[in-house]
Amino acid sequence: MLSDKSQDQILKKTVLHSTHVESNAKMVPFVGWDMPVQYADGIISEINAVRNMAGIFDVSHMGRLEFKGEGAQLFLSSFLSANILALKIGRGKYNFICNEDGGIIDDAMVYRTGDQSFLLVINAGNADIDMEWINPLVAKSTGFNMNVVTKETAMIAIQGPKAVGIVDSLSNGEASNIRRFRIGNATVAGIMATLARTGYTGEDGFEITVSADQGEKLWQTLRESGAIESGLGARDVLRLEAGLPLHGNDLSTETNPFEAGFGRFAYYEAPNSIAGAALRRISETETDRALVGFKMTGRGIPRSGLNICESNLGNNDESNVIGRVTSGTYSPTVDGGIGMGYVDQKYSATGTKIIIDVRGRPVEAEIVDMPFYKRI
Amino acid sequence: MYPDDLKYSKEHEWVRMNGNIAEIGVTVFAEESLGDVVFVDLPKAGTDVGQFAKFGEIESVKAVSDLFSPVGGKIVEVNAATTDSPEVVNEEPYGTGWLIKVEVADASQLDELMDSATYQATLE
Repeated sequence: MLSDKSQDQILKKTVLHSTHVESNAKMVPFVGWDMPVQYADGIISEINAVRNMAGIFDVSHMGRLEFKGEGAQLFLSSFLSANILALKIGRGKYNFICNEDGGIIDDAMVYRTGDQSFLLVINAGNADIDMEWINPLVAKSTGFNMNVVTKETAMIAIQGPKAVGIVDSLSNGEASNIRRFRIGNATVAGIMATLARTGYTGEDGFEITVSADQGEKLWQTLRESGAIESGLGARDVLRLEAGLPLHGNDLSTETNPFEAGFGRFAYYEAPNSIAGAALRRISETETDRALVGFKMTGRGIPRSGLNICESNLGNNDESNVIGRVTSGTYSPTVDGGIGMGYVDQKYSATGTKIIIDVRGRPVEAEIVDMPFYKRI
Repeated sequence: MYPDDLKYSKEHEWVRMNGNIAEIGVTVFAEESLGDVVFVDLPKAGTDVGQFAKFGEIESVKAVSDLFSPVGGKIVEVNAATTDSPEVVNEEPYGTGWLIKVEVADASQLDELMDSATYQATLE
């Protein structure tokens, strides 16, 4: 039951690190960062706070890249799967960074912050791999500048039914002028901030970016306004309840946006798209497998890596495997085990009974529509 | 945190003896390390278990851990409350959050367990 505390690697810290430690957060290594997995009241309490009130998350570890200049728009359209050429100022889009085969290097949010300026937010765990992909492309292109602003800014997500109201009260009502999936600037608690009305929990709210030296003040002000500190543990459950994929679990270079069920975020018509030809080809063929959501009907909690088996045989024999769990947890909102996984296409219909091989124990489950939880 | 009348194993389980019946659960250190307990899988009463052998699993939101019996013998009772309300393990790990009761085959097995002070020293 002991966690491994021998970390030879030197972990990176966000500007809020000491704040988390002072709050008695349980800090864990996460993709090279020392991050709060939960605070004193625990993961379930934090999940309930986000579903019923508002929670705040330190997401400063996520990669943030600014692209500015007349060539920025065309450049981004070469490697992002959103229709960047049609993206209006002040809008954000979920998208993928795909390789020439259509495999998913990362998933990302791109925002058009101005006529010739864009913000790209990438996964912390993929930041190095993404830069290895992006840097050679930048070197071949002209007409813009790319700046990595991860270290000079702090990013705090506030999510939950009370989130918008809290930020509104700290910004003279400026915040709620920014509608869903849009981005804008506002003064929050006296701090110049960029507010994206997006998130990773299935709740309304903002992802707020401020200069690094203002991160602590923003965090404390949001806490004093009633938002509950929430860690990576709660965030992972919340995103799964909301049916949102996690790269590294549900998405990888071995999967493509269409089999993951996110074909609508895989625009392939941009004339300079690196992945365009592959994505078009994949979109025109039936995929062999599909990413599905499932709910446990028997006693057990699904976990990433467990086998999914055909149900009629009622066992978990090796010959009976039809897929694999990519994310799984106990959901307090659903009050049961929920998961996502890839299954052979013919078993992917909603209502299909399946068996999860829980470390040798066959446990019944059923494929359901995602999200498991929906507010917005 | 670690009552003096209990015996402890290095796998962070405790034992409370009543005659030849050992009541078994997990320690405060274990339940705090796990975080919110959301699932407990226990064997059926009547099953035999060996000393330090796995007898079940306990799961938090994020992790799965094996449960090891500090003593060997026949499992005479399992705590159904932990199936219906796993959070009792966090709330009262030495009380209503007990897991199984074992009829101890050989009392000398207890010599291989730690007293409270010795167990606490291993946590530092």
